[in-house]
Amino acid sequence: MAGYAVVVELKDGSARKVTLEMLAEARRLAGDSGGEVAAIALGALAPGEAERLASYGADTIVHVEGESLAPYATEAHAAGVKAAVDRAKPETLFLGATSQGKDLAPRVSARLRVGLGSDCTGFELRSGDLIAKRPIFAGKAFAKVSWNAARPRIATVRPNTFTPLQPDGSRKAQVEKVSMPDVKARARVVGFEKSEGEMLDLTEANIIVSGGRAMQGPENFEILRKLCKVLGATLGASRAAVDAGWIDHSHQVGQTGKVVNPTVYFAIGISGAIQHLAGMSSSRTIVAINKDKDAPIFKVASYGIVGDLYQVVPLLTEEFRKSLKE
Amino acid sequence: MNILVFVKQVPDTETRIQLKDGSVDTSAVKWVANPYDEFAIEEALRIRERLGQGKVTVVSLGPDRVKEAIKYALSLGADEGVHVKGDGVALWDPLAVATVLAGAAKKAGFDLILTGKQGVDHDWSQAGIILAELLDLPHVSVVVSLEVNPESKRGKAKREVEGGAEVVEFSLPAVITAQKGLNEPRYASLKGIMAVKKKVIPEWTLADLGVDPAAVSESAASVRFVEFSLPPPREKGRILEGEPVETARELVRILREEAKVL
Ligand SMILES: Cc1cc2nc3c(=O)[nH]c(=O)nc-3n(C[C@H](O)[C@H](O)[C@H](O)COP(=O)(O)OP(=O)(O)OC[C@H]3O[C@@H](n4cnc5c(N)ncnc54)[C@H](O)[C@@H]3O)c2cc1C
Ligand SMILES: Nc1ncnc2c1ncn2[C@@H]1O[C@H](COP(=O)(O)O)[C@@H](O)[C@H]1O
Repeated sequence: MAGYAVVVELKDGSARKVTLEMLAEARRLAGDSGGEVAAIALGALAPGEAERLASYGADTIVHVEGESLAPYATEAHAAGVKAAVDRAKPETLFLGATSQGKDLAPRVSARLRVGLGSDCTGFELRSGDLIAKRPIFAGKAFAKVSWNAARPRIATVRPNTFTPLQPDGSRKAQVEKVSMPDVKARARVVGFEKSEGEMLDLTEANIIVSGGRAMQGPENFEILRKLCKVLGATLGASRAAVDAGWIDHSHQVGQTGKVVNPTVYFAIGISGAIQHLAGMSSSRTIVAINKDKDAPIFKVASYGIVGDLYQVVPLLTEEFRKSLKE
Repeated sequence: MNILVFVKQVPDTETRIQLKDGSVDTSAVKWVANPYDEFAIEEALRIRERLGQGKVTVVSLGPDRVKEAIKYALSLGADEGVHVKGDGVALWDPLAVATVLAGAAKKAGFDLILTGKQGVDHDWSQAGIILAELLDLPHVSVVVSLEVNPESKRGKAKREVEGGAEVVEFSLPAVITAQKGLNEPRYASLKGIMAVKKKVIPEWTLADLGVDPAAVSESAASVRFVEFSLPPPREKGRILEGEPVETARELVRILREEAKVL
C-alpha cells in the first residue's frame, strides 16, 4: 500500500515538470509519515522514463496500459486512474493543477466518492492528518482544508510551487503493469490548435511581462514581445487590453484570467485593479512601470519606474540585452 | 432543446476579502452572478436563438439571496428560473453541491447542461465536472467555442489548454463548463428587466429533488475548511523616478545584482 500516489502528466511520453514537483512534495510528506510514493503513468512511456521517475523519487511505477488512453479522453483516463488506485491503494493522490489534471481530478473524485482539494499550494501533517493550503478568491485569501475519512484524498497541485528533487540515478523503482477495460469515451480530443509563439504557458512561466490599457493597440505589444524575447519571458495582459481585442484572452492575468506565480512579474501600463492583483500578487518579485506615481500597482511592486513606457521599455530591453550578454 | 444553466452567486470581484472570527466576512459583500456563469448563460441564449427553438432554464442553489442571480439571468432572456433552497454543506462541499445540482437536473430535464468553469469564490473548479460524472454524461471543460447539433446529437468544442486549444467532439447530452472567450455576454434590456416581474421562480427543496439528507449533512462533507488567512502584506518597494535612461539602467542593475532574480 502506497502512502502517496502521483498521477504522471505525460507529454510525448515524458513526465512534465509538475509531476517531478509533486514527486518531491510526496517524498517529503512520506518521509514524515513513513509511506511509499507511487507514480501512476497512463499510456505509453518514452524509453527510460520509468527510470527517470524513480530517480526523481518514485518507489513504484504503476503503469496502466490500454487502447483507450490515447489521445486524452477524461472518461478513459478516469477509468485508468481508478484501476491504478485499486491496485496501489494510496492514502493520498496528487494530480497537477494543469488543464488536464483539473479536467480529470473532479471525475475521479466523483467516481470514487472522495474529496478533492483543488489547486493546492502547500501541505502539512497535523497529528498524521493531511492539511492542504489553497488560495481562494484568486489569492485574495487562503484556506486550509482537510479531508473526511474516505480514501484516497485527492489534491491537485499548482505548478511551480514545489522544487523537484535532485535526480538520483541509483534509486530504483518497481514497475507494476495494470490493465484497464476499454472505455468508449463520449468526449474525445480530435485536434489541437497551437497558439501563437513558442512561449511557455503563463501558469508555468518563470518570468512574465504584462501590458495593459496603456499599450493602446495590438501593434505596441511588439515592444513587450521584444522584452520577452530578451528575458525568455511569457507575455501577459490586463483584462482592459484583452477586452479591447489587442491580445487573446489566453494571456489575461487576474481573477477571471490566469492566476500566476512567476519569479518576476513585470506590470507595464497596468493600473493595478483589485481583479488584476488577485491573479499576480503572489509573484516573488513585482516590477511596475507606470507614468502615474500614484497608480495602485506601486503599492504591491517590489521595484518600479515612474515613467512613460514608450521611453522606458525600449531602454530597459536594451540594458537587459547588454547586461545578459556579459 | 432544453438547456440547463447552473448559476452560482458569488461576491463581486471588487470585494476586498476580510476575515471575521476566523472566517471570511460576507456581511458587507455585494453578491453577483459568477462571471464564468455569465458566459454559460450567454451561450445558452445564443444556442436557442441559433436553433430558433428551445428553452433555457437557469438553476441556482443557495439561500434566498440567490434569487437575485436568477432574476439577472431571466432579465437577459432565460425562459425559466429555479431556486434550489439549500445551505450549509450543500453550499461549500463540491461533492455535496454537485449531488444537489444533479438532483435538480434530473427533475428539470435537459439536453445540454452549461456551467461556469469555476466559481470565483472558493475557486474549486469542480461542480460542473462532478455533475457530469454523477449524471453519467460526457463533459468538456474550460470551453472557448461550442457548436451543438440537436439532430445528430453531437457537438464540437474547443477547450483552452497550455499553449493552445484542444478540439473535442462529444455526444449529447453533455456538460460544458464555460471559459472567458466563449462569447461576449449581453446586457439586460429594459424589456427583459420588465419581463422578470411577471415570472414566478419556483422553489425546490432538497426533499423535492430526492436528495438523501445524509449526503449533504455536515458529517458527510468530503472536504472542509479548517482555517482562513490573508496573504502577508508585501514589503514596501523601491520606486525609481527620473531620466528614463538612468532609471532603466538602475532597474536592470538592481534586478540582476541586488535582487539577483534575473
Ligand atoms: C468581473 C470582473 C472581472 C475582472 N477580471 C479581471 C482580470 O482577470 N484581470 C484584469 O486585469 N482585470 C480584470 N478586471 C478589470 C479590472 O477591474 C480593471 O478594469 C483592469 O484590470 C484595468 O486594466 P489596466 O490596468 O490595463 O487599465 P487601466 O486601469 O486603464 O490602467 C492603465 C494604466 O496605464 C498607465 N499608463 C497610461 N499610459 C502610460 C504610458 N505611456 N506609460 C506608462 N504607463 C501608462 C496609467 O497611468 C494607468 O495606471 C475585471 C473586472 C470585472 C468587473
Ligand atoms: N450553488 C450553486 N448553484 C448553482 N450552480 C453552481 C453552484 N455551485 C457551483 N455551481 C456551478 O458550478 C460551477 C463551478 O463551481 P465551483 O466548483 O464551485 O468552482 C459554477 O460556475 C456554477 O456554474
